[in-house]
Amino acid sequence: MPDGALPVLDVRNLKTVFRTRAGEIHAVNSVSFQLRPGELLGVVGESGSGKSVTMMSLIGLLPSPPAEVRDGNVMLGDKDLLKIGEDGLRAIRGRDVGFVFQDPMTSLNPVFTVGFQIMEPLRRHMGMDKARARKRAVELLELVGIPDAERRLKDFPHQFSGGMRQRVMIAIALACDPKVLIADEPTTALDVTIQAQIIELVKGLREKLGMAIIWITHDLGVIAGIADRVMVMYGGQVAEHGPVREVFANPAHPYTRALLKTVPKLREPRADKLRVIEGQPPMLGAHPTACPFRARCEHAFERCARENPPRREIGAGHDVACWWDHRTGEPV
Amino acid sequence: MSVPRKKLLEVRDLKMHFPITGGLLRRQVGAVKAVDGVSFDIYEGETLGIVGESGCGKSTCGRAVLRLYDITSGSIKIDGTEIGTMGQSALRRMRPKMQMVFQDPQACLNPRMTVAGIIAEPLEEHGKLSGKKRLERVYELMDAVGLNRNFANRYPHAFSGGQRQRIGIARALALNPRFIVCDEPIAALDVSIQAQVVNLLEKLQDEFGLTYMFISHDLSMVKHIADRVAVMYLGRIVELAERDELYERPLHPYTEALMSAVPEPDPAIEAKVERIILRGDVPSPSNPPKGCNFSTRCPKVMDICRKLDPEYREARPGHFVACHLHDAGIMNNEPSAGTTGATPRNEHKQQGEDA
Ligand SMILES: Nc1ncnc2c1ncn2[C@@H]1O[C@H](COP(=O)(O)OP(=O)(O)OP(=O)(O)O)[C@@H](O)[C@H]1O
Ligand SMILES: Nc1ncnc2c1ncn2[C@@H]1O[C@H](COP(=O)(O)OP(=O)(O)O)[C@@H](O)[C@H]1O
Ligand code: SF4
Ligand code: SF4
Ligand SMILES: [Mg+2]
Ligand SMILES: [Mg+2]
Repeated sequence: MPDGALPVLDVRNLKTVFRTRAGEIHAVNSVSFQLRPGELLGVVGESGSGKSVTMMSLIGLLPSPPAEVRDGNVMLGDKDLLKIGEDGLRAIRGRDVGFVFQDPMTSLNPVFTVGFQIMEPLRRHMGMDKARARKRAVELLELVGIPDAERRLKDFPHQFSGGMRQRVMIAIALACDPKVLIADEPTTALDVTIQAQIIELVKGLREKLGMAIIWITHDLGVIAGIADRVMVMYGGQVAEHGPVREVFANPAHPYTRALLKTVPKLREPRADKLRVIEGQPPMLGAHPTACPFRARCEHAFERCARENPPRREIGAGHDVACWWDHRTGEPV
Repeated sequence: MSVPRKKLLEVRDLKMHFPITGGLLRRQVGAVKAVDGVSFDIYEGETLGIVGESGCGKSTCGRAVLRLYDITSGSIKIDGTEIGTMGQSALRRMRPKMQMVFQDPQACLNPRMTVAGIIAEPLEEHGKLSGKKRLERVYELMDAVGLNRNFANRYPHAFSGGQRQRIGIARALALNPRFIVCDEPIAALDVSIQAQVVNLLEKLQDEFGLTYMFISHDLSMVKHIADRVAVMYLGRIVELAERDELYERPLHPYTEALMSAVPEPDPAIEAKVERIILRGDVPSPSNPPKGCNFSTRCPKVMDICRKLDPEYREARPGHFVACHLHDAGIMNNEPSAGTTGATPRNEHKQQGEDA
């Protein structure tokens, strides 16, 4: 991973709020991260921790109202995606930034053939004529491992299995050679053997095409297998972030540490009793003025309720948002 | 392990086919063979894990065992009593013994009933206890599953996923069952909540001597909770063994592939895992392949596999498997039992099991 290279995507202090009748939901609070060329950033966190809202905010995919991106910068090269308006975003979505979502059935349009849906961005963004787009569509389907690609162009999404639909989604996302691919839980709805196929595919495509990837999941195992860096989210914030091996070997945030201990491991001896994280994920009803993990944290102390900890650097490219120092076991 | 164990459940050649109807007269034109001849025992006090991919028949098997369906054929004995052919009124008297916990705690709790009402409902239905005694029992159950008594009059929507699952478990416990089918009880829960529910299920098992059938697609969690594990593929059990035996020495090529596909939350291990990537998708249960039902995806497929359905046999004591590779009679006598598969056999060979 070239450390010095300019990031393809630079997100600073992103804040997204939903205004609902029951009040505000502070879904994303001051999230910052960078994505470097060719790297795979894994984003992990439990449901409601703000993973999807963060990524949807970047490319303007949230319905507004109720969503309001209240603060931040999202630099893609020299453009701030939060400032270029809907027309500017439309030109970028599907061209510079491709995306794949969790449920391939809802993100493919059931009334159009798969071929039409792959060719559409090629014609719109790349100005290809029908014949060229068609040829490229066949190449793309072959690239993602759909057998008999030529013939399958005229099939509809429901004629494909879940795993194949996800491959089609990936083909569409890759159609215009994006710089950035955002994959939001792309394998969560799939079986493990099909998940293994998709992961294998993405690993191969990365080597071949060299785009940068953001891969969202709640599965620590998936992250461990594919990511270069990992960003752990909790309660709409970044709890910990760093090189994947470093974060798994030396987790610093009490949430990351507890999470790694609570999941049973297939290839390690079986523990007699599972370690539990007590309590529930936080409500995001107000702008946080305290650590969102404090109600469940075994190391919480008085300061944690008073001040929301900022991210602090603890190693090369490794940072944590916590008032407790995992090396000394004391407050920082 | 040396104590002779008592069989609480004995299932033999259970089939559950759902008719496919078509045409104007809605005649039956085929059948989804959701469960297509499975046999297993569950011993008193143990947890039998059922794993396998979506659509392989896990839920159908669990529901059929509880006779939530009129089964197509086969025998189901609970505590020695045959319930496979039992009529509904006789079944009703058996119901308190056998209960179910579902995947989606939201969907199976009536949103217009209070928690106390939901938990008390089975008590009312079976005319057990009245008034004050019943409320006592509800409180007792809430204590057992770790729900605050003060929440008894709240409605389900006011609870989190993990708490709703506790409500579902309390309700399942109301009639003092002996056997509970847990159908993906943690699949809808966050990773940080799953351990809470699994530990609760284990605690209750110890406390009340419960026997579980634990259905899940999470092989790591099943390794934690189950005593023995059955692996299903396309309506069949392809392998069944003691937990450690199965995880350390899987015999069936599908079990091997399934386990190798599980991602490990440890980058150092992940870098070394040898994955067996299965090609293609699971065939349709209405039209399973001829011969071995795994032959269309099996990396070790042989000629004979496409012709002859492998017998489900006890390959080692307590270790059952349906694969020709583990049938000495076939492997010694069948000249064509050599490699003809698309993938060379030794490419993904594990531990020389199949020599
Ligand atoms: N009532 C029904 N009528 C027709 N087909 C059914 C019915 N119930 C289940 N099936 C089919 O039977 C097969 C097995 O389904 P089942 O729900 O048992 O799978 P499962 O292993 O529990 O899957 P999952 O992991 O997705 O829950 C599937 O092909 C399913 O579509
Ligand atoms: N359209 C919406 N309206 C109101 N709240 C929303 C909406 N979408 C998401 N949220 C809230 O934002 C928070 C973060 O959600 P999300 O980013 O989807 O989490 P995840 O990490 O599971 O992807 C959650 O509290 C969720 O309930
Ligand atoms: S800041 Fe305090 S409460 Fe938050 S994770 Fe660190 S120690 Fe725990
Ligand atoms: S019988 Fe043949 S096809 Fe079936 S699992 Fe065994 S080797 Fe594979
Ligand atoms: Mg999400
Ligand atoms: Mg099921």
